Amino acid sequence: MAEKTFAEALREAIKEEFLRDENVVLFGEDVGIHGGAFGVTRGLWDEFGGKQLFDTPLSEVAIAGTAVGAAMTGLRPIAEMMYLDFITIAMDQVVNQAAKIRYMFGGKAKLPLVIRTPCGGGRGNAAQHSQSLEAWFVHVPGLKVVMPSTPYDAKGLLKTAIRDDNPVIFIEHKLLYGTIRQDIPSEEYLIPFGKGDIKREGKDVTLVATSLMVHKALKAADELLKHGINVEIIDPRTLFPLDKDIIINSVKKTGRLVVVHEAPVRAGIGAEIVAMVTGEAFEYLDSPPRRVGGLHCPIPYELELEKEVIPDEEDIINAVKSL
Amino acid sequence: MVELSNEKMVDMFKTMLKIRHFELRVKELVLKGSIRGGVHLYLGEEAVATGVCACLKKDDYITSTHRGHGHCIAKGGDISRMMAEILGKETGYCKGKGGSMHIADIDIGILGANGIVGGGLPISVGAAFSCKKRKTHQVVVSFFGDGASNQGSFHESLNMASVWKLPVVYVCENNQYAVSTHVSKSTSVKDVSIRASSYGIEGRSVDGNDVLTVYNTAKELIDIARQGKGPSLLECKTYRWEGHYVGDPMAYRCKEDVDKQKSENDPIVRFEGYMVNQKIVPASEIEQIKKETIDLVDKAEKFAHESKVLPVEKVTEDIFA
Repeated sequence: MAEKTFAEALREAIKEEFLRDENVVLFGEDVGIHGGAFGVTRGLWDEFGGKQLFDTPLSEVAIAGTAVGAAMTGLRPIAEMMYLDFITIAMDQVVNQAAKIRYMFGGKAKLPLVIRTPCGGGRGNAAQHSQSLEAWFVHVPGLKVVMPSTPYDAKGLLKTAIRDDNPVIFIEHKLLYGTIRQDIPSEEYLIPFGKGDIKREGKDVTLVATSLMVHKALKAADELLKHGINVEIIDPRTLFPLDKDIIINSVKKTGRLVVVHEAPVRAGIGAEIVAMVTGEAFEYLDSPPRRVGGLHCPIPYELELEKEVIPDEEDIINAVKSL
Repeated sequence: MVELSNEKMVDMFKTMLKIRHFELRVKELVLKGSIRGGVHLYLGEEAVATGVCACLKKDDYITSTHRGHGHCIAKGGDISRMMAEILGKETGYCKGKGGSMHIADIDIGILGANGIVGGGLPISVGAAFSCKKRKTHQVVVSFFGDGASNQGSFHESLNMASVWKLPVVYVCENNQYAVSTHVSKSTSVKDVSIRASSYGIEGRSVDGNDVLTVYNTAKELIDIARQGKGPSLLECKTYRWEGHYVGDPMAYRCKEDVDKQKSENDPIVRFEGYMVNQKIVPASEIEQIKKETIDLVDKAEKFAHESKVLPVEKVTEDIFA
């Protein structure tokens, strides 16, 4: 057991998988000596540089395409997109190629690739470096979407993603990299896709939260307990495949549902979860489900403006109290 | 000039004929209503795929385009399974899930036709990176058209392949038209190969309707790639006989231009003339080859017609491995 940050946990996963399988490679912009824009690959260059770790030109289309072509021909690539926002440049390769090739070819290709990419606001990076676009990828058949909230989950899920034979979009919130520490077991472990985790047990309200919002939900839950409301917090961890059972079982217990994510409320993953619960567990609901998410607004630059757009503990508390 | 055996030349001739008659049959089937999807024919461009793929080994890779039947046949694809795919049958290469624009056969290095113009270029970077990393001495050829040479993916791919010195040859089939737009109205340079200098790589432009010139130039560039000396760009100038798709009214060009190309610059007639003149093969044998080719296409069509459509219950299979 050793205490690790989210970035350190990811680095450990990458290093262990590099050592396990020489066909695992990681490439992207400034991932070499520089260690990536958020330091995830820092320190790996000396041992793996030029062998399994590669700096690319600033070319998102070619980075994503390289992952597709390499995955089809025997490697297990991890492509780093410096910011999730930049994946928009590479959408053909992600959506038209990676996601569809196996199906279009009648099941004859395997695409064991991971695209790791940082999401989210809170750093004054403004509208083109702060988005949470996870719902886009959940909407595309052929992609798996992972969004961990803790160092332990990040490590176990990244190792699973690397070993998965399908394209995985692995989304890491920037504010998680250095802020959260957690004990990580020294022995190897994997976390399966499609298995959510109860981050806090409760009986009154089911609060489904993703990524950084799990931590905001935990703080909100402490406050709500003072008002006599005992919240259960569920982190789906993977948005596709989605662990429906863990959510529905919780709603059956609590009768109330709030979903919180940083992305705008409109057509976010919360809409999918609420629709799923109302479709499959309507009779258990004691009040209409609520969604908490970003305003339908680009992420602004200035601190107070940015705070206004991104949901916080108070928004969560108000939503729970309004049930 | 590379010395080619008579046998190899006859093989290349057979491949060109196979492409020609396959495409003529596909056209016929579209016009009859037996094929429902969009089909882009390779008629008139046979020398490019044939000349280039004749230089490749079975385990070398190609990425192809929406106009991909010729590449697939030249790389060794089975025309029965191709025809079955185009007719949407479960015996087709993709079980009827892909159709004309997504035919692939990974086992013989065909990493897929592609419905996105310029979509194959970045994939070829990855395949070539994989060959280099795994030290397999395989080579990748990425086919694309004059239209794709104006996509951003062209720039990113050639630059990255050059920086990483990857074993890939970029083959631009300049058939003069991107849908309806003539290359002179869309492309900043007269020869696409000039763009190679932007990436510090070798660039050549050749007569793409002369299969031996295509072969000789491709052979040289593929050998360079296989020796680990990096990528190159080969432009093959050719002409698209058909419209963008079967049924294209072709308001953008006059029939006389097309007829002139067909009568004066048919790559198959040119190669046939060369082989007869050089006494590589007697005219009588050529007739026999043509007959055998048509028989093969007949068989492919019969196989496709007799095959079944995939049961609808299987429509959502094959999304994930």
